[in-house]
Amino acid sequence: MLDPILLWSGLINGLLQGSIYALVALGLTLIYGVLHIINFAHGSLLMLAMYGVFLLFTNFGIDPYAALPILVIGMFALGYGLQRVLIGRASHGRDENILLVTLGISIVIENLALFFFQGDTRTIDVPYAFDSIEIAGVFVAIPRLIAFGAALLIAALLWLMIQRSDVGRAIRAVAKEKQGARLVGINVDHIYAVSYGIGIACLGAAACLLMPTYLVYPTVGHAFVLIAFTVVVLGGMGSFPGALLGGLLIGLCESFGGLFLGESFGQIGIFLVFIAVLLFRPSGLLGARV
Amino acid sequence: MRTLAIIVLFGLVMAVLPVFGPTDFTLSFLTLMLLFAYLGQGWNILGGYGGQFSFGNTVFFGAGLYATVIVQVQFGLGPWLGLAAAILAGALVGLFIGWVSFRYGLRGSYFALVTLAFAEVFRIVANSVAITGAGAGLQVPLDPSPANLQFVGRESFYWIILALTVASLLLVWQMERSRFGAYLIAIRDDEDAARALGVDIFRTKLKAIVLVGALTGLGGAFYAQMFLYVDPHIAFGVAVSVEVLLVSIVGGMGTIFGPLLGAAALHLISEVARETMGNTPGLNLALYGALLVVMVTFLPKGLFGLATVSAGRLFKFRRS
Repeated sequence: MLDPILLWSGLINGLLQGSIYALVALGLTLIYGVLHIINFAHGSLLMLAMYGVFLLFTNFGIDPYAALPILVIGMFALGYGLQRVLIGRASHGRDENILLVTLGISIVIENLALFFFQGDTRTIDVPYAFDSIEIAGVFVAIPRLIAFGAALLIAALLWLMIQRSDVGRAIRAVAKEKQGARLVGINVDHIYAVSYGIGIACLGAAACLLMPTYLVYPTVGHAFVLIAFTVVVLGGMGSFPGALLGGLLIGLCESFGGLFLGESFGQIGIFLVFIAVLLFRPSGLLGARV
Repeated sequence: MRTLAIIVLFGLVMAVLPVFGPTDFTLSFLTLMLLFAYLGQGWNILGGYGGQFSFGNTVFFGAGLYATVIVQVQFGLGPWLGLAAAILAGALVGLFIGWVSFRYGLRGSYFALVTLAFAEVFRIVANSVAITGAGAGLQVPLDPSPANLQFVGRESFYWIILALTVASLLLVWQMERSRFGAYLIAIRDDEDAARALGVDIFRTKLKAIVLVGALTGLGGAFYAQMFLYVDPHIAFGVAVSVEVLLVSIVGGMGTIFGPLLGAAALHLISEVARETMGNTPGLNLALYGALLVVMVTFLPKGLFGLATVSAGRLFKFRRS
């Protein structure tokens, strides 16, 4: 049971899976940090992006990696529009309303997907899906390695953007003090929509990185959304490094949980972490703001 | 007093309805509508009056549902014990979730998240352990007799759920006039102000969630006796969680008749949708989701709010 090679492969697999969780959670934590809402539509928007990759591949033969810019831009536009047209308008200044509206959006998206695609699972066949290389005795699928590298790169780029660019400064200003930001001439509604758009664009990227090795079905978002919530709560709501760390930790937790407890109970490990964090450290490991 | 009169009148009218020989279809329709009016009232107590939005009320429903079935199938005990187990299970789950989340003052999105996560945990557990029958679910053997709480005709279930609904209306009517209700509303409107005035926030919220758990658990037991079947998806899927909050929001949160009105409207709409668009998977719930967005955007006070506002306008108009 404690075969070192098993543990080693569990570690590698956990980190690879965790990087995707981190990417999904980054979008969630950004939206939380700026808008102070939990985006309940996160999982279903990821699902939508995954169907986007699937359709681009099957209809136009566009490779998932080549589709990344398309998906990122498309999801950004979708997110921007959603926040500007629907979510922002429905809020009436109350957070509870936003909560309900994002829930409503997710129900609509999910069930329309069910209507158009039925419940079947779909995959795309890329020639390199099963290519793998050996890392210290463990075979690792190359697409997953790419996903790992790309997820970390995207996180780093995002971090740079938030820290260094004008838009990033405006986002941080709005996150800290909405009224003050408005007073110095920042268009708060625009920044809200930009933040939501960036958060959703992360999902577009995650979808492209996932699809070569993953499958898509209308409720695929469920698997990710609760994990992403757990990651965000674990890392600290609104904390960037926290989301990254939390994502990797949850990936490891799932991987080792699956190793020791079996697949379906492995999931329970994640939620036990979730409940434990709520019990003992509700502010998360790194409870800082964006 | 007028509220009481309306409740009694509603109960009486609905109670004599089966005498006029409605079709089975109509009775089933009304039974399900009343079930969700009843379950929605549970959400309304915590969400509408207390301002604590639960996205996972199905944990209480599912706990009651599983408790009833497990007591009968796995332990071979009667449905009456199952009924007690359902109420207890719902209340205990409520106590646990409430204790975990309210202890640290989790509110708003955090609380919604926690309830959603718990529903998911329960679904995975129910899917994986033997006592719940795992993914295949459990079936209660069919043995209709009043002692078994299994009935042949649809009327009996209709009357039972009607009684439960009327009881829930009376309960909320009493709650509105009680100290507990006033505390709850104070917490919803301004938690910090309520604390400053000496309201014990934690205790009040905890009481509310235990009450909701027990009520909703009993609803689960009703469902168990009517359909004699449970699986993880029915018990802990998203459908019940969404529908109970939807009926309250559509009807009007924090009002006595909101959930009833919402359930009636929702079930009528979904019936019409089924007639016109056919029974396609997904469309029904997609419609619910769209309705949720529309209601929150344009009618945050729900149908009941709309009704009172227009009645008020009409009244003013007449006076002037």
